[in-house]
Order: sequence, then structure tokens, then C-alpha cells
Amino acid sequence: MAVLLLAEVNNGELAMDATAKAVTAAKALGDITVLAAGGSAAAAGEAAAKIDGVSKVLVAEDASLGHRLAESTAALIVGLADGYEHIVAPATTDAKNVMPRVAALLDAMVISDASGVVDGSTFERPIYAGNAIQTVKSHDAKKVVTFRTASFDAAGEGGSAAVETISVGDNPGLSSWVEDKVAASDRPELTSAGVVVSGGRGVGSEEDFKLIESLADKLGAAVGASRAAVDSGYAPNDWQVGQTGKVVAPDLYVAIGISGAIQHLAGMKDSKVIVAINKDEEAPIFQVADFGLVADLFQAVPELTEKLG
Amino acid sequence: MKVLVPVKRVIDYNVKVRVKADGSGVDLANVKMSMNPFDEIAVEEAIRLKEAGKADEIVAVSIGVKQSQETLRTALAMGADRAILVVAADDVHQDIEPLAVAKILAKVVEEEQPGIVLAGKQAIDNDMNATGQMLSALLGWSQGTFASELDIEGDSAKITREVDGGLQTISVKMPTIVTVDLRLNEPRYASLPNIMKAKKKPLDEKTAADYGVDVTPRLEVVKTEEPPARAAGIVVGSVDELVEKLKEAGAV
Repeated sequence: MAVLLLAEVNNGELAMDATAKAVTAAKALGDITVLAAGGSAAAAGEAAAKIDGVSKVLVAEDASLGHRLAESTAALIVGLADGYEHIVAPATTDAKNVMPRVAALLDAMVISDASGVVDGSTFERPIYAGNAIQTVKSHDAKKVVTFRTASFDAAGEGGSAAVETISVGDNPGLSSWVEDKVAASDRPELTSAGVVVSGGRGVGSEEDFKLIESLADKLGAAVGASRAAVDSGYAPNDWQVGQTGKVVAPDLYVAIGISGAIQHLAGMKDSKVIVAINKDEEAPIFQVADFGLVADLFQAVPELTEKLG
Repeated sequence: MKVLVPVKRVIDYNVKVRVKADGSGVDLANVKMSMNPFDEIAVEEAIRLKEAGKADEIVAVSIGVKQSQETLRTALAMGADRAILVVAADDVHQDIEPLAVAKILAKVVEEEQPGIVLAGKQAIDNDMNATGQMLSALLGWSQGTFASELDIEGDSAKITREVDGGLQTISVKMPTIVTVDLRLNEPRYASLPNIMKAKKKPLDEKTAADYGVDVTPRLEVVKTEEPPARAAGIVVGSVDELVEKLKEAGAV
């Protein structure tokens, strides 16, 4: 039983947290071979070789694999698929772009966003924005799975897997990269942060989102936002936490001016400690909060930021 | 250029979801159903392409139970020109998997020869996020997923995508499959006159068998459960008390 795990590689660097969480998820399935693919991927491959539980690393470097274009990356994986029963990846936007394409080319049904592994063919996954957890058993010869990173702890480091460079086939030439607009930030990454501070529609404006950011910086936290805040233009979409945004499970999640729509709860209700600050005491967010404070956020948040010093 | 827009009938996003007692799935009997919200954005984008003179015909297609024709009528009322219903299930509880949907859509594409397929990025029921990518794979076409901007220029299209780190812009060869994200546009409401007119627009009815596609699920549902509930928390009276509780809990 062998597993091919697509590492998350961004601009030649391994996204250690997401990849190591997928390794934990896949450990029970069999021997794990990690594929590091990209325009440059050698350094990412070396980093992946150190993750505990990785048996082997394949490095595929080619300009056509840069920026993780789906068509070329899927073609590469399908070419390698023969020796593996499981083809898996952390459920990042990159993998969600590539893995269903891989599955269709292998005539398999993808299992997206798995939150639990029951056995080699049986997986748990949230449906209906996490309002139900469904256990599904795959009848396909090859199982193509993406793992919800918030549901698994990262595997440790200390391994020393062999690294092999592999050749890359012809570029299907269907798409090309134009540009990335990545917000530069010194804050931790949203999906791997230990603390997340999120603002909702109640924050009221892009300027007032600074209140959320100040508290986040005080706590060394990542900044999140509800879909309502993103739709209102208060925060960029890559901050969105929820069914259609990112799923997070930090040690501490602070929800400010967020009512707690189902779509938002889907993205954060597995957090260890949840704090809610909202002036509406009926807001559904209080039903999932460990500590709720019914207060005007414009007074409470600056006070909290000051007192946490 | 013809635009093909697949639309799915799903539980309305405002309805509280209840898991069926036998664990086979979510209760969908006598529940309000609507068009998948992402598919509405796809329909809207198709209409805007037509209004901009870049498309001349919009064909909406839905695969599922017979009642999906209501969803198609919504698409027609918004502005699609005609519709194709592919009946693939009798029971409203049977979800047709993205792989089977993609196989049927691939056959529809063969017949209709659209220049672009605009689809929602995920359905809010099974949350699979797969159909567009799978269709693209089966056709050997390019794909632009999670699109927040779409600009078609002759035989290529520039697509801005919502990705984990921010935004990525790619250029894809036409024909292409685009899956749409929330910020691409704000869908219009169908006006009453347009709802009336939609009743007269053509709606072809087919079956999965007409396309020779086996829709037997590859993923067998073992069980469906409510997620574990969180233990009730406490309401604190002041910021000071909050700070104290957070320190006690070791959270700060």
C-alpha cells in the first residue's frame, strides 16, 4: 500500500504546516512518498524529507509546474499514479484546483476535505457547511483525497527520507501564469496560526478593521474576517473564514462583531477556545463561544488590546 | 460564442440542516430548495458576457431529479436562453456525484459546442468543489477555478483567482471551464415579467441513460451524523473578567 502525497509548494518553498498535517492524516494509509513539484522545488523536497513518516521524496522541477498550474501538475501526478493506491494532498486552494482533475483522469471520485480517516477506503468529511459529518467508503481502485488541515496535527520533523529527482513530461500548454497579488504580512498564516482574531460586519468599515488588527498584533495572531465583512469590502477575501473561505482550528479564536452565520461557524467551530464580542446578546456566535462578552466592540476591543499587554 | 452554465438544485442556504434519523443523509423532503448560490453567480456572469456582446447564447443545464426544472426556470428567468434537464435520479435524497455530473456535462459539451462553461466553484450541499475541474479533465480543456475576474480576449481568457495567499491571475486557452467565486459579481433578481417569459423558453428533457453515463455512486454513504456539539460557555460581564478567564484557561 503506497501513498503519493502532493506537497504544498509556494514559490519554491515548502508550506511545512499544511504538508506535515497531510502527512499525519495519511500515515495510516501506507508508505508515504511526497511529491514536491514546481518551477523550483528542490529546497521544498529537502524540507519535506525531514518530516517524520515520509519514506521518499520525488522532486519535479519544470517551468510548466511553476505556480501550480492545474493542467500540468495533474498530468504529472497521473503519470506517477501507477504505483500508488492513494493520492492525497492538504486541502489548500492549490490542491482543490489540481486533485479533482487528477481524480477524473483516473476515473475516480475525489474525496474533498476529509476530516477523518476510518480505514484505507473510508473517510469522514463535513458536508452542508459542517452541519453534518458524512462517512463515505470509496469503491474506486485509486483513492484521491484532500485532507482538511485544521483536523490534523502536524507531523514532527526528524526524518531523513531519500530524495529523487524525476523527469517532467511535455507541458500541455493550456494555461500560463500572469501574476500573483499576495498581500505581504508579518502576521502568521491564517490556517496555521495559534491565535486568530476575526472581525465581522459589526466592525462597520475598512478603517475600523484596524481595531481588529491591533488586537491581533498584540496577541501575535492572524487576522480573519466573516464573509459579510469581506462582501462589505472591510477585509480582503484571503482573510475569509468559513464554508467558502478558510477553515481554521487555532488554540484561541476571537470573533468580534460577527453574528455567527452557519457559513462562518463552519470555518472556526473546531477552535479550542472561542471568544465572542458582540453587542447583540441574541447573536448565534454566543452559542459556540466559551467566553462571551455582550458589549460595544468599539469600546471593548481597544480596552482588551490594552489590558492584554 | 455559446455559454454553457450547469446549475444545481440544493437546499436553500437559509434552511437549517437536519440529519435523517437513519443516518443516510440530510432530510430534504418538504424543505425549501434553491439554485446553488455559486451557480447564480455563474448565470449572472453568462448574462453579462451576452450583454457585453461576447456571447450570443446561454444554455443552462441541470442534472438531478425532475424538480430541478424549477432551478432551470430560475436560470431562464434571470436571462438564460434555453435549458436542458438531465434526469438522473428519482429520489430527492440521491446526490449525483461530481464525476458522474462531469461525464454527462462532457457529453452535453460535445453536442452543444460551447466556447466556455461557467460553473459554481462548489455546491453548498456536498461541498465537494470538484465538478468544474473534473469536466475540464475529461474534455482536456484548460481550467480557471475560483474566479473573481474574467476577461475574454479572442482565443484566450485572463482569469483572476481567489487563492490561499491572495489573488493569482492566469491566462487560459479557449475553450475553457471557469468556476466562479463569490466576488465575481452580484447576481440579479429575476423580474416578474421575466419569470413569466421564462415559462415559454425551451426546456429539453433528457435522462442520464440518453448520454450513456452510469451515475452509480463511487462513494458509498456509510453514515451521516450531526457534528459534536460544543459545551455551553459562559457570558462574562466585563473586559477585565474576560482577560482573567482567558488567563485561567491558559489561552493568553
